[in-house]
Amino acid sequence: MVTHGTVPNRVTHKLANKKIEIMSNQEFPIWEVFIRSKNGLEHRHVGSLHATDATMAMENARDVYTRREEGVSIWVVESKNITASNPENQGELFEPAKDKAYRHPTFYELPIELKHM
Amino acid sequence: MKIEDLEKKFQARIDAGQKIEPKDWMPEKYRKTHIRQISQHAHSEIVGMLPEGNWVTRTPTLRRKVGLLAKVQDEAGHGLYLYSAAETLGISRDEMFHQLHTGKAKYSSIFNYPTMTWADIGTIGWLVDGAAIINQVMLTRTSFGPYARAMVRICKEESFHQRQGFEMILTLCNGTEVQKAMAQDALNRWWWPSLMMFGPRDEESPNTEQSVKWKIKRKTNDELRQQFIDITVEQAKVAGLTIPDPDLKWNEERGHHDFGEIDWTEFWRVVKGNGPLNKERLKARNDAWNNGEWVRDAAMAHAEKQTQKEALKKAV
Repeated sequence: MVTHGTVPNRVTHKLANKKIEIMSNQEFPIWEVFIRSKNGLEHRHVGSLHATDATMAMENARDVYTRREEGVSIWVVESKNITASNPENQGELFEPAKDKAYRHPTFYELPIELKHM
Repeated sequence: MKIEDLEKKFQARIDAGQKIEPKDWMPEKYRKTHIRQISQHAHSEIVGMLPEGNWVTRTPTLRRKVGLLAKVQDEAGHGLYLYSAAETLGISRDEMFHQLHTGKAKYSSIFNYPTMTWADIGTIGWLVDGAAIINQVMLTRTSFGPYARAMVRICKEESFHQRQGFEMILTLCNGTEVQKAMAQDALNRWWWPSLMMFGPRDEESPNTEQSVKWKIKRKTNDELRQQFIDITVEQAKVAGLTIPDPDLKWNEERGHHDFGEIDWTEFWRVVKGNGPLNKERLKARNDAWNNGEWVRDAAMAHAEKQTQKEALKKAV
């Protein structure tokens, strides 16, 4: 059991039956932060931070990532909830698109006289 | 694939100017070097709050107080960006704190010097942040994506730090004789430690070659130091201050300033933990961590309680 220094007894007692031994020395979960810099633009990943819950993540995101009016809207997502593609699967995921030039407008040949298309 | 082939492929990507992202394959040494460098950089931001925090309650005006507070708050933010970047390489935040608190990890030696007068705060903004900016601008192009991105954000915010510092120094230099003398005294004490911020001479820096090859560093310690000196000499002229180096003079042939010998004995003494304030700084960080433990525990307990309440609500 860790010591809690100057915590009043009442609080320590309340915490005592809340699995405090497991929680002590345990990091706050990591959250990813997304900011919309102004309306009309998408939210963009700006970085991450640690917080106990979504409320704290939101407050910390405000303090860490928007000190100079960088945003009008914030999303926070706990990192463990994000599924990321593996760079090792780069080939199978993205290579099939490589030889499909016909998905691009420039693949189709049109006469020069045709100004707008 | 064999490790040599992976390494070749990795180097080819670096040579082609590609960025490396956290989940990409990388040589173990590249990972370790980054963890060391980024965490030390983060620690420097955090410990760097201490010398300036020392003056927050004693600023001469409210204008200076809000500026200094904002700067110290930025340093905290910069530390957090950097810790996050290091975490993407698989080291935990607590492990990094542990390395700092036990003295295993280093931070910039400059923060082991005391801030004795108000002019020291201006000089830190001018010289220490000035030196940091030179290093950090280079690092915005470093090969590891998360580090480079953190640097871009930091550089954007840092230029205010140097400007507010130099403005303070100009104010003192345009003030009374005593105030100007205070600014000169601060420059005398901070000049040489500031030059040491760029690290040992290239021939004494065995990691530089590999770091340049991996594009972790794009310039060597001596190149960056020279760049800093050339810029700062001009700034000192504007303030009307004298740089405390009798050997400092313009070298037409080199197109750079020549300068005197740095006291490397002092440099290594401070790096090894025997600077004026090494022990005090470490104690301050350890105290902050230990005295904050009950707050961290309470925050976790509160979050847990809220989760339970939510679950209960849903069940009803």
